[in-house]
Amino acid sequence: MIVAAGWYMALAAALFLIGALGLLLRRNALVMFMCIELMLNAVNLTLVSAGRALNDLNGQVAVFFVLVVAAAEVVVGLAIIVAVFRRRATASVDELSELRG
Amino acid sequence: MAETILFVLMAIGALVGAVAIVAARNPVYSAMGLLGTLFSVAVLYVLQLAHLVAAVQVIVYAGAVLTLFLFVIMLIGVDKSEDWDEKLPYQRAFVGGLGGVIVLFAGALTVFGNFDWVPAATNTIPEATNGTIQAIAELLFTDWVLAFEATALLLTIAAAGAIGLAHHRREQA
Amino acid sequence: MIEVIWLIIALPLLGAVFLHFFGRYIKEPWSGWLASGAIASSFVVALVAAIPFFQGGEHGSTVLLWEWMPAIGANLEMLWDPLAAFMAMVVTGVGALIHVFAIGYMRGDERFSRFFTYLNLFAASMLTLVLAGNYAMLFLGWELVGLCSYLLIGFWFVRPSAASAAKKAFIVNRIGDFGFLIALMLIFAAFGTLSYAGVFERAGAELTTGMATAIALLLFAGAVGKSAQIPLYVWLPDAMEGPAPVSALIHAATMVTAGIYLIARSAAIFELSPAAQTIVATVGALTALWAATIAISQRDIKKVLAYSTISQLGYMVLAVGTTAYFAGLFHLMTHAFFKALLFLGAGSVIHAMNGEQDMAKMGGLFKKMRVTGITMGIATLAIAGIPPLGGFWSKDEILASVFERGGWFSVLWVIGLVTALITGFYMTRLFMLIFLGKPRWDGGVDPHESPRVMTVPLIVLAVLSTIGGLTNTPIRLTLESFLEPSFELISVGQPPENVLILVVVSLLSVLAGAAGILAAWLTYRRPPQDWQRLEEGLQPIWGIWEDAYGVDDIYGRVLVAPGKRAADATAFGFDVPIIDGAVNGVARLVRDFGAWVRPLQTGYVRNYGALFLGGAVVVVIWLVVAGV
Repeated sequence: MIVAAGWYMALAAALFLIGALGLLLRRNALVMFMCIELMLNAVNLTLVSAGRALNDLNGQVAVFFVLVVAAAEVVVGLAIIVAVFRRRATASVDELSELRG
Repeated sequence: MAETILFVLMAIGALVGAVAIVAARNPVYSAMGLLGTLFSVAVLYVLQLAHLVAAVQVIVYAGAVLTLFLFVIMLIGVDKSEDWDEKLPYQRAFVGGLGGVIVLFAGALTVFGNFDWVPAATNTIPEATNGTIQAIAELLFTDWVLAFEATALLLTIAAAGAIGLAHHRREQA
Repeated sequence: MIEVIWLIIALPLLGAVFLHFFGRYIKEPWSGWLASGAIASSFVVALVAAIPFFQGGEHGSTVLLWEWMPAIGANLEMLWDPLAAFMAMVVTGVGALIHVFAIGYMRGDERFSRFFTYLNLFAASMLTLVLAGNYAMLFLGWELVGLCSYLLIGFWFVRPSAASAAKKAFIVNRIGDFGFLIALMLIFAAFGTLSYAGVFERAGAELTTGMATAIALLLFAGAVGKSAQIPLYVWLPDAMEGPAPVSALIHAATMVTAGIYLIARSAAIFELSPAAQTIVATVGALTALWAATIAISQRDIKKVLAYSTISQLGYMVLAVGTTAYFAGLFHLMTHAFFKALLFLGAGSVIHAMNGEQDMAKMGGLFKKMRVTGITMGIATLAIAGIPPLGGFWSKDEILASVFERGGWFSVLWVIGLVTALITGFYMTRLFMLIFLGKPRWDGGVDPHESPRVMTVPLIVLAVLSTIGGLTNTPIRLTLESFLEPSFELISVGQPPENVLILVVVSLLSVLAGAAGILAAWLTYRRPPQDWQRLEEGLQPIWGIWEDAYGVDDIYGRVLVAPGKRAADATAFGFDVPIIDGAVNGVARLVRDFGAWVRPLQTGYVRNYGALFLGGAVVVVIWLVVAGV
């Protein structure tokens, strides 16, 4: 039995959902970041599956770019977390809530 | 046959890893979960004949990004666990509800939606288009060369930015 | 020649503008000389431009400066005819003398240059008024002189009494101006234009008597305000808060005569309405009498002169009401001379007495201030109507013309005669209390004659008061023939033709004046206790006179207090709660709405993230459902 592209996409959707919920439920900045990475991975999976289903190699090329941007984003994001941690000795995003109304 | 088994195994692996990321107390365990997910996804790429992408995934994502994560975890010293009570009111209820809505909607779509996912038959594995280095490079350096250069620039800027952000200034005496 | 008449207005106007911007950089007397020079040059231009009129017969013409609102006949145009030339020369001539006097009087005042700015501005405004070629320009000048009056009365605005006197003048004038505006609207409704040429030529043919009466009376309303007749005279005594040159220029010689000029100029309309003429003349006569009685009992020099001015204006109004325009304008001129002289002389006295204005504290000043004394004496005789001084000829011509008119006007003639008696009385009283008798002033006051810059104008005005009357004696009607072309189509009231009647009438007015002088002399040459006892003996009537019949008080209670209450009600009962409330309410609404929405900004990223996701889900569901 051949695995249809739809299965991969369903898996990707589930991963995305888990990542999204995790993003909203965890307080630790680093864990939140990892959830974001999870979401991005899910998207990549979707792209590859779609590319295969449509017989188009551009899907995989798109994945490349997503990968690069995700890497850059991780770099900068972690630098920010480090800088914030130096100031406040906390990695909980709930502590950073001064811009409240 | 093999493909199906592999798919199921890797899917389970990915899901377990994902749940681990979300549910683990200790961020190091979350990082391990992420690692598991990344590997599973890499295998899934291979199953779909996206060889280069799989390789890059392992090298860059699992090799560099995850390592970076671990370094930062070590640096910040957050191997303390965070407690479980939710300080923000309604957050859990709202998110739970949202998740429920999404699942229900997806289910409804699957059952009732008239979807023909792929316009053409997908049950054959194509031969010509496969994710070899050569094939991808041809696309990357002709159609997408501008985006390629831009992302290169982006990486440079990100690196410089990160250095600037994390630069530890000595306090003035 | 006529092309340069715009200079008449432009010169003082330029003086005012220049002094406004640069006055503070010019050292003290020079700004005064600059202003005096401006207005004196204006006089010269007027004089030269009037030469054709001196030769007689010339009608005058209109000079169009700029087309402003041609549709309603309101352009910037000037009418240069004998009447305008006459007024212009009086204004600039007497004005120049007063400017020079003010250089000495205002010395040491820290806003010296500003004073002359206002004086020049006033001159320019008054000249605009008299040289206007249409009612719109006249009204423009009218309002501007009102403004300058406000500025000048309240020149020493730090004094609250001065500030409120200025306000009072402006507001009371405004009441008259309301009538004036309605008159302008009626004129426009009747003629479709406001220009003199358009109105006067067609007045006889097109105006009904009723319309003419209405317009005439409403124009007169404006004159009542500006020329201080009953019932709008109350601002003039208060206006004495301004410096003496202001009182001389504005409230004696020029601004208050604007009303007379207005009626004279609108003669074509007044001619059509005997009813209006009667009313005008009656008001004038009554005002003359009323004010004269008040003047008898006043103790402040300037108040006596103020009421005297109101009284003499009453004479002029009586004259123009009787259509004796020449007589009225003649009296305008002579009155300008001697009243300006009296006010400036009073200023000289006040200046010497270190600001004291109460006559009970004066006396015996003649020895110390000869020039002032002599000149004021001349003015006193002139105003009382003693020949051959100016006042006699003009006042006499008025009374004779009134007598000639007959009927109801005979009654007015008698009123005029009685007023002449009272005039002689109070003026002599003034003179004697100030200059004769024993000194009654407090210690520390050192009266001395004023400097030449102040006495020379006094002398010039005294000379003019003396010979000015000779311009229009029955023997040689110079002024009349000068003004004749402006009144060509008007039937002007004249004194009796019969020489005998004329002589008798004239004799009566002289006797009246002389009787008044005699009565005052007999009373006030006694020692102070005597006449003080007499004044007290004449209570309560003396008190009523001194109190000016309580008119200010009545107005205050009947008009001003309710007005203030209405203003308070509007301000605090309506504006604050409702209008402010509405505006504040809107602001409060916005603020409350913001406060209601603010809790959305919790500051927690996770909350925001949850909202993002929620929104994204909604959008996706919507798209899918809508697409399917």
